[in-house]
Amino acid sequence: MNESSNGAATPQEGALAVSMRDVTKVYQMGEVEVHALRGVSVDLEIGGFTVLLGPSGSGKSTLLNILGGLDVPTSGQVFYRGQDLTRADEGELTQYRRRRVGFVFQFYNLIPSLTARENVELVTEISEDPLPAQEALDIVGLADRSSHFPSQMSGGEQQRVAIARAIAKRPDILLCDEPTGALDITTGIQVLEALERVNNEYGATTAIITHNAAIATIADRVVSLADGRISRQHANETRAAASTIEW
Amino acid sequence: MIRALDRKLLRDLWRVRSMGLAIAVVVASGIALLIASLICFDSLETTRDRYYARNEFGDVFANAKRVPRWVAASLDELPGVDRVDTRVVAGVTLDVPGSTEPVNGRLISLPDSGRPILNDVTLRSGRWPDPGRAEEALVNERFAQGHGLELGDPVFAVINGRQQQLEIVGTVLSPEYVYAIAGGDLLPDPKRFGVFWMARRHLATAFDMEGGFNDISLSLAEGASAQPAIAELDTLLEPYGGLGAIPRAQQISHWYLQNELTGLRGMALLMPMIFLGIAAFLLNVVLRRLVAVQREQIAVLKAIGYSNLRLGLHYVQWAVVVSVLGGVLGIALGALMSAGMLSLYMEYFRFPDLIMRWSWGHILAALLACGAASVLGAYAAVKSVVKLPPAEAMRPALPDTFRVSLLERLGLRRWLTQPLRMVLRNLSRRPARAAMSVVGIAFSAAIMVMASAAMDSLEELMQLQFNVVQRQDVTVTFFEPEGRAAFYELASVPGVTEVEPLNGMSARLRNGNRNRQVGIQALQPDARLQRVVGADYQPVQLDRAGLILSRKLADVLGVEPGETLRVEALQGTRPEQDMVVSATVDDLMGVSAYLEPDALQRFLSDTATMSGAALGIDPAARESVYAALKGMPVVAGVALQHAMLESFETFVAENVNTQLAINLLFAMAIAFGVIYNTARISLSERSRELASMRVMGFTRKEIGVVLFGELAILTAAAIPVGLALGYSMLAGMVAAYETELFRMPLVAEPGTFASASVAIAVAMGLSALVVRRKLNRLDLVEVLKTRE
Repeated sequence: MNESSNGAATPQEGALAVSMRDVTKVYQMGEVEVHALRGVSVDLEIGGFTVLLGPSGSGKSTLLNILGGLDVPTSGQVFYRGQDLTRADEGELTQYRRRRVGFVFQFYNLIPSLTARENVELVTEISEDPLPAQEALDIVGLADRSSHFPSQMSGGEQQRVAIARAIAKRPDILLCDEPTGALDITTGIQVLEALERVNNEYGATTAIITHNAAIATIADRVVSLADGRISRQHANETRAAASTIEW
Repeated sequence: MIRALDRKLLRDLWRVRSMGLAIAVVVASGIALLIASLICFDSLETTRDRYYARNEFGDVFANAKRVPRWVAASLDELPGVDRVDTRVVAGVTLDVPGSTEPVNGRLISLPDSGRPILNDVTLRSGRWPDPGRAEEALVNERFAQGHGLELGDPVFAVINGRQQQLEIVGTVLSPEYVYAIAGGDLLPDPKRFGVFWMARRHLATAFDMEGGFNDISLSLAEGASAQPAIAELDTLLEPYGGLGAIPRAQQISHWYLQNELTGLRGMALLMPMIFLGIAAFLLNVVLRRLVAVQREQIAVLKAIGYSNLRLGLHYVQWAVVVSVLGGVLGIALGALMSAGMLSLYMEYFRFPDLIMRWSWGHILAALLACGAASVLGAYAAVKSVVKLPPAEAMRPALPDTFRVSLLERLGLRRWLTQPLRMVLRNLSRRPARAAMSVVGIAFSAAIMVMASAAMDSLEELMQLQFNVVQRQDVTVTFFEPEGRAAFYELASVPGVTEVEPLNGMSARLRNGNRNRQVGIQALQPDARLQRVVGADYQPVQLDRAGLILSRKLADVLGVEPGETLRVEALQGTRPEQDMVVSATVDDLMGVSAYLEPDALQRFLSDTATMSGAALGIDPAARESVYAALKGMPVVAGVALQHAMLESFETFVAENVNTQLAINLLFAMAIAFGVIYNTARISLSERSRELASMRVMGFTRKEIGVVLFGELAILTAAAIPVGLALGYSMLAGMVAAYETELFRMPLVAEPGTFASASVAIAVAMGLSALVVRRKLNRLDLVEVLKTRE
C-alpha cells in the first residue's frame, strides 16, 4: 500500500484525465463564510478507479462538482487533459459536461416522463459517438426493462439506468456522488458491479464519492477528505471485487 | 401581534409574489370592467330618469297630417292618459352660414305662453324667445356647438321654398333629443341635424297649421299601460292622416339610450365572469403547487396540533388576499375608467347634468365576487392535502406516473426527440389542467377577436349600406309625394348626373294582432343607385306578385313567405288590401317592405308616389347642387352620403379605438396571467429534471425547448380555439344587437384573427422572457442533493 500524507504526485503529462491544484472553495452563506475546500490537489489517472472518502461536510461533493464542471473553485486550478477548466466560461463548461463527463447521483435524477431507454437516448441524442442505448442498458443488466418508466422500477434499477445513461455517451470521466447512498446492500452491490464493469471494460476514468469506507476496497486509489482537506491518500495494491464487499 | 401562521402566509405570499400579482391583474381587469359598467349604468339610468321626470318626457308619441285644435279635448279622454301636449312640428332644410351643405332641421313649436306641458326643454344659455318675434328660436346645444353658432347668429330655414331667417336667442337640451339622430342615420352628427324651438303662432302660420297641430305627446297615469291609449289614439287620428302612435320604448333617442344601457348591463355580467373564472383557475393551479411543495410543512403543522380547518383556511387566505388585492385595484381602476367612459357617453348622449352614481353595494358585490372566485379556486386545491393524516403527509408524495402520450401511440413516436416526448407526456399527464390553460388563453384571444371583429362588422355594415345598397351621393326626401315634375326639376339641376325616383308610401302591415308601421318602397327593377341588397350582396329580384319584407320585419310580424298580410296605406285615400309575402331579404338597416312600382301605383290608384329621389352628382359641382336643393320648396330633407361616412369615421376615431385598446390590454392581462403562471408552475415542477439535463450537458437553449415547448403547444392549441370562440361570441353579440333600426352582419376580417393570434404569441414571448431569467438561475448543484 503506497501512502502519501498530503497532495498528489507531480502531474504526469498524458497519464492524467483531470488534475486539481490547490483548489479552495468558499461559499457565502448569509453572513457566514463556509470553507468547503481548503487547498486540495487531486489527480485522476486515465482509466483509474478512485474513491473519494469522507464524512458529510468534508467537502467531497464540492470536489466532485468542481471536477465535473458544475461549479468553479474560488482559487486554484483544474485541468482536464492539460486544458484549464477554471478559465472556461459557462458555455465551455456545458460542452465539457456534454462530451466528457458522465454523472451518477444519489437520487438517480432520472426524467420521470421518459422510459429507461428514452432516459438513455436523451443523452445519446446529443452525443457524438454514443453507445446504442440498448447496449448501455445491457451493460447494466436492464435490457429487459427498457420500456419501463422510472416509477415502475426499484431504486437499484433506477440507479442502474442512471449509470447506463452516464456511460452511453462513452464519457472520459464517470463521476458518481453517493451512488449507493439510497440503496440497500444487495442492490448497492449490483450498482457497484455495474460501475466496476464499465471501468474495466470501457476504461472510463471513474471517481466515486462516498462516506462508506467499505466501498474504498474496490478502488485503485482512495482519497480521504476531512474538513475541506485531504487527510490521507493511498493506492490499493489489489482491487477487491464489488461482489465481495460488505457493509 | 401577528400569529406565526399568518407570518408564514405573508412570507409565502411574498415568495410567489409575481404569480400572485399576475393573478391579481386578471382579477383587477374583471373587477374594473364590472365596476366601470355598473357605475356607468347607474349614473346614466339615474341621470336619464331624473331628467325625464323633471322635464315631463312623454310616454306616447304620435303625429298626423293636420289635426283640428278641437280634437285636443278628446285626447284627454283616452284611457290612462294623464297629460296631453300638442305641437306643430315641421321638417325643413337649413342653410347654416359658413356651411354650403344643406342641413336637416326640425322646427318644434313652443306654447305662446308658458312652458311646454310635456317634453320641456332646459335652457343652457341665452333666453326664451319673445312670442311676439317670429324669427327668435332656441336651438339644441350640440348643433350650436357643432357649427360654432353664438347667440344672435342667424340660421336660415327653407319654408315653402322661401328662406326664412331664424335668430338664435338660446341653446337648450331636450329629453326627446338626448341622442339627437336624424332618421336613417346610424350615428348622431351634430352638424347634420338641428332642432329648433320657436313660438307656435309663427310656426303654425308658416306651415298652415293655424287652429291645428300635427304632433301629439301623451303622458300616462302611474301604472297605466300604453297599448289601450295607442289603439284609441290611432283610431282618433285616422281621419287626420295619423301615422301611428308609438310608445316611449320606440322613441328613437330613448331607444338608443336604452340599447346602450342594456349593453352595459350585459358587459357588467359577462366579462367579469370570464375574468374571475380564469382567475379562479389560476389560483387553483398555483395553490395546488404550493401545497404540494409544502406537503411536509403541512404534516408538521398537523402533527403539532393545527386543525384541518385552520390549515385549510391558511391556504384559502392566500387566494383571498391575492384576489381581494386584485379586487381593490380593480375597483380603483374601474372608478377611473367609468369617469372616462361617462365623458365619452356625454359626447353622444346629452343631459343637462350628469349624476354620478356609485354605491357601496357595487363595491361589496365586487369584493364578494373576488372572494367567491378565490374560495372556488382554492377549495379544491387545498382539500385533498389538508385531509391527509400527518404520518402520510410526512412521506413524500407518490412519484408522478407517466405514460406514452396519445400522439406517440398514433405512430408519431419515432419522429419525436426525447425533449419533445417529455413535453407531450407532461401535458397528457394533466389533461384537465392543460385544457383549462388552453381555455384561459383562448378566452383572451376571443375577447380580442370579438372586440375588433365588432368593428369589422360595423365597417361591413357601412360598406354594404353606403357602397352597395345606397350608391347615391345624395338622398332627397319630399314633404308630399310628388309626380314626374319633381323628377325633371331635379334632373335639370346642373351637376346632377343621375336621378332615380324613390317611390314609396307609409303603411301599416297587420298580421292578426301584430302590426308595424313601415315605409313600403317601390324600387325600379333596373335601379342603379338605391337597390335592395341582402347581406349576401345579392340584389333582390322584385316580384310582381307580392311583398318582399326585411327578414326582421317578417320575424316581428310573425309571417313566412307565402303567407298573407293586411296592408293599410297611411296616405291618400287610405286603401286596404291583403297581400302575399313573396320573399324576405336580409337587409341591414331599418325595416322595410318592397313592392314592384306598378303594383304600388295600382294599390294607391294615385299618380304621385315619388316620396324622394336618389341623386348622383358631379363632385366638382357639389356646392351648386347643394345651393339648388336648399331652394327647392318640395325638398323636406337631404341626406349626404359623404357626411354619414365622415361621422362614422369620427365615431371610430373618438370612441372605438379607445375601446379596442382597453379590450386589448385586458385580454393581454389574461393571456399573460395564464401563460406566465403556467410557465412558472411548470418550472417549479420540473426544475429538478431541467437541472439534471443541464448537468448532463444540455445547453440553456435545449432545456428551454422542454419548458417553453409546452407553452408553445398550449398557446398554439389555444389560438384556433380562441379565434373560434371569439367568432361565436361575436355571433352572439350580433344576434343580441339585432334590432329594427339596424342589424350587424357577422364579419371578421383575416386581419382581426391575425392580430389576435400575434398578440397571444407576444404575450407568450413576454412570459417566456420573464421565466427564462429564472430558468437561467437554476441551481444545478442544489437539485442533485435532494430527493423530490
